Amino acid sequence: MSLTTSTKFAQPLPLNTTSSRSKEHKLLFDPFRTNSFLGSTHKLRFNSLSKSNQTNLHRRSAIVAVSDVVKEKKSKPSTNLLITKEEGLELYEDMVLGRAFEDMCAQMYYRGKMFGFVHLYNGQEAVSTGFIKLLKQEDSVASTYRDHVHSLSKGVSARAVMSELFGKATGCCRGQGGSMHMFSKEHNVLGGFAFIGEGIPVATGAAFSSKYRREVLKEADCDHVTVAFFGDGTCNNGQFFECLNMAALWKLPIVFVVENNLWAIGMSHVRATSDPEIWKKGPAFGMPGVHVDGMDVLKVREVAKEAIGRARRGEGPTLVECETYRFRGHSLADPDELRDPAEKAHYAARDPITALKRYMIDNNLVTEQELKTIEKKIDEVVEDAVEFADESPHPPRSQLLENVFADPKGFGIGPDGRYRCEDPKFTQGTAHV
Amino acid sequence: MLGIIRQKVGAGGASLLRTRSAVSALRSYSSAGKEMTVRDALNSALDEEMSADPKVFLMGEEVGEYQGAYKISKGLLDKYGPDRVLDTPITEAGFTGIGVGAAYHGLRPVIEFMTFNFSMQAIDHIINSAAKSNYMSSGQISVPIVFRGPNGAAAGVGAQHSHCYASWYASCPGLKVLTPYSSEDARGLLKAAIRDPDPVVFLENELLYGESFPVSAEVLDSSFCLPIGKAKIEREGKDVTITAFSKMVGYALKAAEILAKEGISAEVINLRTIRPLDRSTINASVRKTNRLITVEEGFPQHGVGAEICTSVVEESFGYLDAPVERISGADVPMPYAANLERLAVPQVEDIVRAAKRACYRSVPMAAAA
Repeated sequence: MSLTTSTKFAQPLPLNTTSSRSKEHKLLFDPFRTNSFLGSTHKLRFNSLSKSNQTNLHRRSAIVAVSDVVKEKKSKPSTNLLITKEEGLELYEDMVLGRAFEDMCAQMYYRGKMFGFVHLYNGQEAVSTGFIKLLKQEDSVASTYRDHVHSLSKGVSARAVMSELFGKATGCCRGQGGSMHMFSKEHNVLGGFAFIGEGIPVATGAAFSSKYRREVLKEADCDHVTVAFFGDGTCNNGQFFECLNMAALWKLPIVFVVENNLWAIGMSHVRATSDPEIWKKGPAFGMPGVHVDGMDVLKVREVAKEAIGRARRGEGPTLVECETYRFRGHSLADPDELRDPAEKAHYAARDPITALKRYMIDNNLVTEQELKTIEKKIDEVVEDAVEFADESPHPPRSQLLENVFADPKGFGIGPDGRYRCEDPKFTQGTAHV
Repeated sequence: MLGIIRQKVGAGGASLLRTRSAVSALRSYSSAGKEMTVRDALNSALDEEMSADPKVFLMGEEVGEYQGAYKISKGLLDKYGPDRVLDTPITEAGFTGIGVGAAYHGLRPVIEFMTFNFSMQAIDHIINSAAKSNYMSSGQISVPIVFRGPNGAAAGVGAQHSHCYASWYASCPGLKVLTPYSSEDARGLLKAAIRDPDPVVFLENELLYGESFPVSAEVLDSSFCLPIGKAKIEREGKDVTITAFSKMVGYALKAAEILAKEGISAEVINLRTIRPLDRSTINASVRKTNRLITVEEGFPQHGVGAEICTSVVEESFGYLDAPVERISGADVPMPYAANLERLAVPQVEDIVRAAKRACYRSVPMAAAA
């Protein structure tokens, strides 16, 4: 891949320098040279102890360059490419879809078509695509309030997500969820969770149910994996630690994916976290922790393959820290005044979509024309989603009272002594409740 | 005082295991047939539902090896093993959320809070992850889960351990809130809660665990189940309606006995379910007696009594012959000192006095206070 760990940081955060980064790389124990995934936790722990006196001085250690290692491993075959053409096109299409969709969301938000809080994913596409495109339909994804693109990657249609954002009856939650609450039972999207840390226990519970179904209900083929996405800000929240502990304790099939975009709204990661290297918290709980360049979809994908495979084999959880960046503010309402323009420019130059494109073209996997065709197709998909959402009906009044309970008897008994939900006016939405 | 039990809680580490003596204020109540403690009722209901459905599992602090902080889960670990009776670390937010996530995938978790006071650490998952998911997902993701444990004032445990959460949870759409009083309630409602497709908050009372109640053969049958949302008229009467739930039902019955001796016929309604509230039964009773007293241990403001009062004012205003009286816990955090604590929760004599006022009998001012 063209963007490697030796990329110069034009404007890193104050505690980081390019030179310290490369020095640290030399110092680091490289788990991949020992040919075991991420090394034993013992070694990682040892490693982090050995340089513990330095870690607070630096924002982070070197990015674990998984794809370089994989390249080495695969050096014998005639090709050392990380992906096939088909895989590359799939990844590219998914990332372009995520980007184009979010750009359209911004337009539609400013036009008043969607409302409330809308958090866009621009810049982080390599993480969603890198992980979710390796999952099966039965595998689950739990997301945050920044959940549109995770849903798209998992297979929810652009039409259904856009309609949800428009608050229309054709949305994936019929307009009852909204931007921060995407759910799809069919695609096992367990929801966007609007509170920091809230999705982690729920995701851990989903992983628990996979294990329960296999071991207690004897569903031998139940090897479903759950991937929980959350940000750097969440990693200072207690629920994160509670669940790392229980997931490791019970060897649950889950991957904890930190999308470390360095900023929790306006709180810089280094200003909020005593030890900014989040991946190191994995070994502390007895699970592997790995740090990967989250702007490089191929590196993310290689790490994801290992972590998901590990979960599927019943070997327990993995903590993956993806270093990424959001190209827009926290939400569309965020003036984004705290982030240094030079920092933004630095990451903008590392755009994960451009990088993948360059990799594929440099390696003669695809032609410019093929990529243009995809971009054109996605433009049409997104345009179509907007048209579809715009033309879709608003939820009918009767929907207001639907789905509060799976069993509508939960609305209780009316003055006539019968359950309120049996009243025909109830379904018309005109009953007094 | 009036046979109401105020057990002393032993200090020190062993106090966790507060197995209560089975002394009952209601001994006279039982004459023939089989009796069962509320503890055994809950235990047998859990046992039968776990046996009937392998998707049901129990999770919480000390539910397994320790057999439950209050012994509600006694014997279940031996019977169902550690895969289905899970001892968790002390992580309310974590294990409650894990339960919710497991319910998303069709399992039927029963989450035990050692006491409901600790559910404050997990209320985000009860409200935001459990109660709202079916709606937010437009019915795609239902959450069949039970949150259970002792609620309300115990004895001598101070402000943070003596809080009734009935009205808190009952104000949230998507939840069902059950408050058993007797062994029949405990068995029938817990089984209903576990079988229900929605999240249920099941508020037990520590001081009732050791109490015995008569149970019929029907109640003991493994198919026994009570309807959610239906109140029970524990005692019929014609002069005044008294609504109560959980431990206060016993107080209300006691008060009704005293009132009967003075020629006042009180009707006692055991609410059983706080949400959905059985407004129909309450209003029908008030239309008959024309007077209403509500009793609860929780705080007065925005309490269960306030909601009942509203319902009666809305639906049966013309039938009222006296102002509705609300009896509730004092509007203060629970004090520790035994004499102050007694003043902070409703007593039988408070109910008697209020009922007499409602019936326009002359009442001497409270002397007991």
